[in-house]
Amino acid sequence: MNEFGNETVERHVYPKNELTGAEIISNWFREKIFLGLSFKEYMKTLITPLNIGAGLIVFAGLFLIAMRFIFGLDQVTEASNEQPWGLFLTWGLFSGVPFSASGFVIGTGVYIFGVKRYQPIVKNAILLGFLGYLFAVIFLMIDLGRPWRIYYPMAISFGTASVMFLVAWHVALYLSVQFFEFCPSVLAWLNQGYLQKIAVSMTLGLTIFGVMLSTLHQSALSAMFLLAPGKVHPLWYTSYLPWLALISAIGAAMALMIVVSKLTTIYFRNRASAEYLGSIDDVTIGLGKASSLVMFTYLGMRLISITHEGAWKYLDTPTGHWFMVEIMILALVPFLYYYGVMKKNVKLIQVTGVVTMIGIILNRFNLTLLTFNYQLPRGEPFYWKEVLVVISVVIIQVLVYRWIVNRMPVLRDHPDYPNDGH
Amino acid sequence: MINRRNLLKIGGAVVAASILGSESVLGAQDFEGNPDRLGMLTDTTRCIGCRRCEAACNKANNLPAPKTSFEDTSVFEEKRKPYVADVQSYTVVNRFEGEDGKPVYRKVQCMHCDEPACVTACPVAALTKSKEGPVVWNEKLCIGCRYCITACPFYVPAFEYSSAFEPKIQKCFMCSQRIKDGLIPACAEACPVEAIQFGKRNDLIKMAKQRIWGEPDKYIDHVYGETEAGGTGWLYVSKLPFEKMGFPGNIGVTSFPKLTKDFLGMVNLTLVTWPALLGGFYMATHKKPNEGHENKNETENEKKTEEDIKHE
Ligand code: SF4
Ligand code: SF4
Ligand code: SF4
Repeated sequence: MNEFGNETVERHVYPKNELTGAEIISNWFREKIFLGLSFKEYMKTLITPLNIGAGLIVFAGLFLIAMRFIFGLDQVTEASNEQPWGLFLTWGLFSGVPFSASGFVIGTGVYIFGVKRYQPIVKNAILLGFLGYLFAVIFLMIDLGRPWRIYYPMAISFGTASVMFLVAWHVALYLSVQFFEFCPSVLAWLNQGYLQKIAVSMTLGLTIFGVMLSTLHQSALSAMFLLAPGKVHPLWYTSYLPWLALISAIGAAMALMIVVSKLTTIYFRNRASAEYLGSIDDVTIGLGKASSLVMFTYLGMRLISITHEGAWKYLDTPTGHWFMVEIMILALVPFLYYYGVMKKNVKLIQVTGVVTMIGIILNRFNLTLLTFNYQLPRGEPFYWKEVLVVISVVIIQVLVYRWIVNRMPVLRDHPDYPNDGH
Repeated sequence: MINRRNLLKIGGAVVAASILGSESVLGAQDFEGNPDRLGMLTDTTRCIGCRRCEAACNKANNLPAPKTSFEDTSVFEEKRKPYVADVQSYTVVNRFEGEDGKPVYRKVQCMHCDEPACVTACPVAALTKSKEGPVVWNEKLCIGCRYCITACPFYVPAFEYSSAFEPKIQKCFMCSQRIKDGLIPACAEACPVEAIQFGKRNDLIKMAKQRIWGEPDKYIDHVYGETEAGGTGWLYVSKLPFEKMGFPGNIGVTSFPKLTKDFLGMVNLTLVTWPALLGGFYMATHKKPNEGHENKNETENEKKTEEDIKHE
């Protein structure tokens, strides 16, 4: 009995134990959620003109999304039987997913090929990949006719001959993989040391699994269009579509990392470690070199595929001219990267990263939206309400990213878990 | 502790599962046509453009009343689709100018392909080619992804964009319910000149060829649908070349599942090669990583227990 008594006395010595439950919770919130500020102080920091503007757009977007779920897709979109997939999928799925390859591309480089150079950006790459997939699924949910059945391909009925069935499975699995891959950072933030170690130990397996899933569904996204030979314009339709999609996704992921890394050094300086900030130039040059190679491969394969399909004869048509814009951007990219790397010009590589992103987004837009069903008379490709919804969801995506980077060890190592980049 | 060897084991299990699972991927694509499957034959040389099939179809499928009556021939001014904006019809008759200047009519509806693009596309197998012949849709499964619309080479399926809660995929289902009830499709029944005939596909092909053989001046020597898109259940014979009657000209004779078969076949290969390649590469470059890790962890554990003991 005495011993127990002593223990209770001793416990009172520690100030931590004097806190009531409510205080513990409020402390936790202050530290973890409000960035060390009190609720009021934190709220004040949120009220900036930029945040208010973003909030208004998000509000309008959410209103339109509600309209869509109450009155049907035709309330907010230009989608029709001539254009079954509109801006939501073109942006969120077909353009968004290639960029979300960042997690798999950088993760493979660091964890499997042991390229230590990219270690500083690997957690950021995985976070961006995870959010990219998450929001692709959100866009899909907005676009699906019956979104409450989104799990049907996984559990209820299997259309095994469908490429979309493959995509559904892989996106679902890969979303989970990316979540687990990002777990170490979340667990470090929550001070769950033991779980964090387990999560880190899963990295290799998850990375390998991730490579399998990514290579397949990145290519599958474009392979879906193999089923529409008469509808995809000949300048885009080729049996190489799956390969082109995969290679351009790798290029897209690297471009995204080049650009976002630059942006983080501007907007998240105080959340990044000195090591991270110091490494960006070197990382950018490395990525530039790799991108140059990847985009040269892409360009070569693209040109061969067009020759292979005998589609050059369409060049001197209005669609052909539009195609030239796309191919010229994409053709410029590898040379710019190459030149940038030669001259060790980090700025040029970063600008090229932006150009690459534009080129690849344009490519996906052309394939899935702008030239699709080219033989039918076409209306407007999208409605302003659709654009507003897309912008508001993108803003939410950026806000979520900011929320996480402000709190979790993404651009730095957690002091207690220095090895979570493994 | 999950170590590398276990991971490879897990990887192996996944691979095995995918291989076993994907046998059905390939299996699902081998079309074993029921030789007795049903079809329809439209003879455009007989059609008089009376639109009675449209009216009968509308009635049989409880579709909304049209804006203009079914007697109104002004609708022929434009080329209509088998749906109007949102779905109001499963079939329409369009008018074309024949080579002798006389009007020619073509009824448009789902072709009930033997190996349909829409069925291949559907991720939940909501669309199926029934053994009897009609390509049918199961409302209980459809998730509304609209891949079927993207894929159909004849621009047939339509989606109810104005419905938030139960948007349907709409198209001609060859009156499959009527067929089950022992009736013939409403449009075939309504046609006053037997321009639409219902029967076993094989018989219809023979009938079509006999007509062409019997009156070679009246028909071009081709049964549309016999081989198009891998064969369709709805067949056409005509005097006017088919591409002049709005039939998509670039369909070819390849069946649609073949277009993605190679890609789906590659799935197995990828699933097997990647883990082996990457795992092997990792092992080769990281020497004895297992032991290192385990030892380190053990010592850490030991330290911890020592510390724990001290505390106590
Ligand atoms: S015509 Fe189109 S909708 Fe009809 S069965 Fe063929 S692919 Fe399917
Ligand atoms: S919209 Fe429905 S029927 Fe069409 S492919 Fe998607 S799930 Fe299948
Ligand atoms: S078969 Fe039935 S559903 Fe199809 S067009 Fe004829 S009446 Fe309409």
